[in-house]
Amino acid sequence: MPETILSTQNLTMRFGGLTAVSDLNISIGKNEIVGLIGPNGAGKTTAFNVITGMYQPSSGKVLYRDQDITGSKPHVITQKGIARTFQNIRLFHGLDVLENVLVGCNLSIASGFFSATLHLPGYRKRTADAEAYAMSLLEKVGLADAAHKEATSLPYGQQRRLEIVRALATRPTVLLLDEPAAGMNPQESLDLMNFIHRLRDEFDLTIFLIEHHMQVVMGVCDHLYVLDYGVTIAHGDPATIQRDPKVIEAYLGVDDAGNK
Amino acid sequence: MKLKQNQLYTVIALCVIALFVVVADHVFDPFILRVFNLCAIYIILALSLNLLNGFTGLFSLGHAGFMAVGAYVSALLTMSPQSKEMNYFLAPIVPILKNITIPFFPALIIAGLTSALVGFLIGAPILRLKDDYLAIATLGFSEIIRVVLTNLQTVTNGAQGLKGLPRFSTTYTVWGVAGLMVLFMVMLMRSSYGRAMKAVRDDDLAAEAMGINVFKTKVTAFTVSSFWAGVGGALLGHQITTIDPKMFTFSFTFNIVLIVVLGGTGSITGSVLAAILDTVLMEFLRFLDEPMDFLFIHTEGTPGLRMVVFSILLMVVVIFRQKGIMGGKEFSWDAVLNFRKKKAQNGQTDQDSPDKSSPKEGGRHA
Repeated sequence: MPETILSTQNLTMRFGGLTAVSDLNISIGKNEIVGLIGPNGAGKTTAFNVITGMYQPSSGKVLYRDQDITGSKPHVITQKGIARTFQNIRLFHGLDVLENVLVGCNLSIASGFFSATLHLPGYRKRTADAEAYAMSLLEKVGLADAAHKEATSLPYGQQRRLEIVRALATRPTVLLLDEPAAGMNPQESLDLMNFIHRLRDEFDLTIFLIEHHMQVVMGVCDHLYVLDYGVTIAHGDPATIQRDPKVIEAYLGVDDAGNK
Repeated sequence: MKLKQNQLYTVIALCVIALFVVVADHVFDPFILRVFNLCAIYIILALSLNLLNGFTGLFSLGHAGFMAVGAYVSALLTMSPQSKEMNYFLAPIVPILKNITIPFFPALIIAGLTSALVGFLIGAPILRLKDDYLAIATLGFSEIIRVVLTNLQTVTNGAQGLKGLPRFSTTYTVWGVAGLMVLFMVMLMRSSYGRAMKAVRDDDLAAEAMGINVFKTKVTAFTVSSFWAGVGGALLGHQITTIDPKMFTFSFTFNIVLIVVLGGTGSITGSVLAAILDTVLMEFLRFLDEPMDFLFIHTEGTPGLRMVVFSILLMVVVIFRQKGIMGGKEFSWDAVLNFRKKKAQNGQTDQDSPDKSSPKEGGRHA
């Protein structure tokens, strides 16, 4: 078992009377690819939002490298090394492709206001480095030619990849992908699987992903957690999950007599 | 190669503008020169508001308040003790301010900094609000500033206002500061801070997820915008040499908002063009407010008819060109050259619009 990078302890999120996530206990080891699956409305994205600080959990803890990061602000969590993408693509539509990635690089540029506005040498150097890094990232995913295009003018699949690249630009150790294969056809999903594997190896990443495409999940994940109505109903390797009666029930339902 | 060529054009354009300012200072009659200089001040004010409304996506309606702070601070710091004594006939001025007279440029900077401080103090609590709520809160604070200025009789001389401010806003000063402001905006928007502001404008959740401190970015933008609003207000005071709280009502803010929307939110070039257009029209449409004889129709003077024209103008822009004159784009030599080339070819292959080629390169102050 590799060293645990990201884990949660009894993480619970309630909205009024609705418990969206209930007692979530996950544990993700270094360089693992872990999936979070479940029917619509199971609380997967809510779990992501709590882990990345977008929501304050009702109770429970989020631990990153044994450090309690529960309730930290989203930008602080990103600075610590957890980056994410969104289910509905959220690119900066007023910026071009390269600039979108550079926003992710802002952390590494970190300069004083005057140093930045006066373009002092230290700032220039860091910016040049960041731009080179951003371009190298874009080249890796084949978006270098589109660097100066408007981000939202790209085809859907490329926008998804750009979002991942933008997250990578923050130089994370953990990458959270919220439905990276949404809206993709089988071939694109297959490419995406390879892409995720490549990312993990090349950037020494730990990946936690939400996905609906079973093909993708089964093909790419080392471990799976299954949520239904906020409750973790199963976890284990893909083969075990596929046979788990509870999981099949959650996805397909049972009739009153209990027949599947 | 091409970049060099663009830089050459930029240098030439700057020289032409500078030369024009010098010539204008010598040949324009006082009235036209006053309008000309007012253009520069409105450029500063419009750009400082555009930094908020256009680039950071914070809808602020409190600009007049910050201008008032700058105008008063600079006036109080530069007026001579004699002229202060003449102004404060209802109640004497507080002793510490009575004998202070410092040179104009330090006063201008202090005016900006004071305004920035006020902006920071107001911004820190209210920037937790969004959209319309923020607009209303800024509007409220701007009114509070005005009411405070009206009632601080021994400091601001209350509703009487201040008369006889030194006429420091010469052509070179106002256009110099305006040039500095344009340069500042271009540099800021090309820096990581400008990028963070635009990211916050486009999607604050995603910006947060990219590690950007959204709140800090907003407060920075608000403070910087207040600084320049204060500087603009101070320059305005020293140009018309009279200030009073009634000058800085919501209608002044509205005028600046109009310029920003007219020029295109998020476009530096747009704000500059619209500021000039608005100021010039505002002066030369003055005849609308006076009695008119048009063939058989005789109208009495209707003060404010100009504003009706402007409101209609704004509506036309909002309906037909929602993104303003420049549509969020910037001036670039490539765009101009492409446009001319296209005109020469006259309709052959006009697939991509001229502005699209590379809006980031070869801007006016590249």
